[in-house]
Amino acid sequence: MGRIMAKPEVCMGCHLCEVWCAVAHSKSKHIVKAFLYEVNKPLPRLVVEEKLPLTFALQCRHCAEPDCVAACISGALSKDPESGIVVHDPNQCVGCYSCVLTCPYGNILINPRQRGIIKCDLCAGMDTLYCVSRCPNEALVYVDC
Amino acid sequence: MSNMGGYDYLIIGNSAGAVGCIEGLRSVDKSGTMALVSEEECRVYSRALIPYYLGGHIARDRLYYRPLDFYDRAHVGVFNGHRAVKIDTAVRMVKLDDGNSMSYGKLLIAAGGKPFYPPIPGLDKKNVYSFHSMSDVQGIEKELPGVRSAVVLGGGVIGLMAAEVLHGKGIRVHVLELADRLLAPVVDETTSQLVENALRETGVDLYLNNTIGQIHGGERVESITLKDGRTIPCDLLIVGVGVAPRVELAEHAGIQVNRGIVVDKKMQTSVPGIFACGDCASTYNFLTDAVQNMPLWPNAYLGGRVAGYNMAGAEREYTLGTQMNAMHFFDVNIVSAGINVTEANQNDSLDIIKNYDAEKKVYRKFVFSKEGTITGFILVGQIDRAGIFLNLMRRKVDVRGFRKEMFKNSFGYADLPETLRWQLLQDDVILGVV
Ligand SMILES: Cc1cc2nc3c(=O)[nH]c(=O)nc-3n(C[C@H](O)[C@H](O)[C@H](O)COP(=O)(O)OP(=O)(O)OC[C@H]3O[C@@H](n4cnc5c(N)ncnc54)[C@H](O)[C@@H]3O)c2cc1C
Ligand code: SF4
Ligand code: SF4
Repeated sequence: MGRIMAKPEVCMGCHLCEVWCAVAHSKSKHIVKAFLYEVNKPLPRLVVEEKLPLTFALQCRHCAEPDCVAACISGALSKDPESGIVVHDPNQCVGCYSCVLTCPYGNILINPRQRGIIKCDLCAGMDTLYCVSRCPNEALVYVDC
Repeated sequence: MSNMGGYDYLIIGNSAGAVGCIEGLRSVDKSGTMALVSEEECRVYSRALIPYYLGGHIARDRLYYRPLDFYDRAHVGVFNGHRAVKIDTAVRMVKLDDGNSMSYGKLLIAAGGKPFYPPIPGLDKKNVYSFHSMSDVQGIEKELPGVRSAVVLGGGVIGLMAAEVLHGKGIRVHVLELADRLLAPVVDETTSQLVENALRETGVDLYLNNTIGQIHGGERVESITLKDGRTIPCDLLIVGVGVAPRVELAEHAGIQVNRGIVVDKKMQTSVPGIFACGDCASTYNFLTDAVQNMPLWPNAYLGGRVAGYNMAGAEREYTLGTQMNAMHFFDVNIVSAGINVTEANQNDSLDIIKNYDAEKKVYRKFVFSKEGTITGFILVGQIDRAGIFLNLMRRKVDVRGFRKEMFKNSFGYADLPETLRWQLLQDDVILGVV
């Protein structure tokens, strides 16, 4: 199980990680189509922390003992024992926001479209970690640990 | 009367606490024998989802908290529909209501709570329910088609959730609250006011400083007379005034009880080998440094998880528990955590900052200790990234240098002073030196 680490000293605050995260989780997975034509505009699942000149991207840590999973009243959040990924099942989620209250990193994001949340899934089922591979300055690194 | 076998680990109860224990324990000990006894007939469901189900937001099968094969995969023997009636600590046996008994190596009591009924004659009538269990769900569901006017006794978290559900069905809802405001135990006056406004705007009838004087009807409640003399028609009465910890088993076994079953940080009771967690227990609150009853889902799950580790011999402590609520009523999102400081219990030695934007209906309040650490907070309307505040509170961080920043909706780690920020993020988030 690894996780995505940030290098604030080389992050230039371009927000491309957010853009590509949104694209990765869109229907078309196409940067132009996703933002221009999709009914549900794509949403990023990470936050670029910003207080200029400081910027760095922060996404779910897929914690070893995740507080969000412990707090989830519906069982929508779980930690996959094999992959270690903290998975969110939107069909089971009721939008109680217990996880928003308990994630120490503020990495559970409220879905602005309907009562529910969105979070990093480590690009499950995709061929690459979008935020990492599309960062022009290599300010995000996937580290095995 | 026979012995239904012996287990290395036995759990009484089948809810958040039990699941936490099973999952914690099985991550350490894969082979020890394990069983649970549960009074309710069905597999583990989340009672916190009852409002969502009755409100029509989720289908019935989504009330279940874990998949169907959960117990099999965890190798847990399940004895549903059985109540534990006695714990014999000397011989490590639990006796069941059918006369059978089971012996254990380690025992977890995760018996939860029982809805409290105030001593008002007539609360035993047929159309009176609490809002707590699968049997309430089934009862309320049967009643719903015929209900035009409902009374909810209790303006706390559960009462208000019930009110919202019933209102959503087109029912005329009357909420009775004995105190002079809603949600008094968990939020302050300003927040109560915001919720009260939201309720009134949607047309729910509120009766503060009020309760039932008398219940009228034969087998069923037909109407009630309030303490102030007014009469309300009533086709359904929901009792939501609180939950009492189920301590009777522990008490009779000579286990120490103080409101809830008292446990140490390892979740062990006064009798070695017997653990307790969740709504039936009194557990450590890191903000008050006292052992208290905190009937909340995360507290039950985590307490159970820590108990599970310790039962399996892996030492862990549960030291991060405190009061915390994520709530929403008629689309007003609220989170509150820590000590609830109100105008009534406020004093000059307390350091409080608050910010209320009446137009946007956004409210934030933080309470600090003398050392500058957060001891309580409430966010209404904007709750994004609230967990960062909980984390600062849990880590007892002195926030004096940046406390005004905390009013910003976009508040995040970037707003922390540099040294502190990297201290908090170094191991988990940041690569290299900063
Ligand atoms: C409507 C509602 C909404 C809620 N919403 C939230 C929320 O949003 N967030 C939150 O944090 N909390 C919420 N809660 C509180 C939360 O559900 C409880 O804190 C949690 O269920 C406690 O879990 P527990 O394991 O301690 O016990 P419980 O869930 O109370 O379950 C205990 C189980 O043990 C069984 N049992 C008891 N005694 C015996 C015995 N002698 N023998 C056999 N079995 C026994 C009971 O039948 C029961 O099945 C809500 C509660 C309700 C009712
Ligand atoms: S959402 Fe937060 S608490 Fe949950 S695994 Fe990710 S970082 Fe940890
Ligand atoms: S908002 Fe959804 S995922 Fe988060 S705790 Fe509630 S049910 Fe679980």
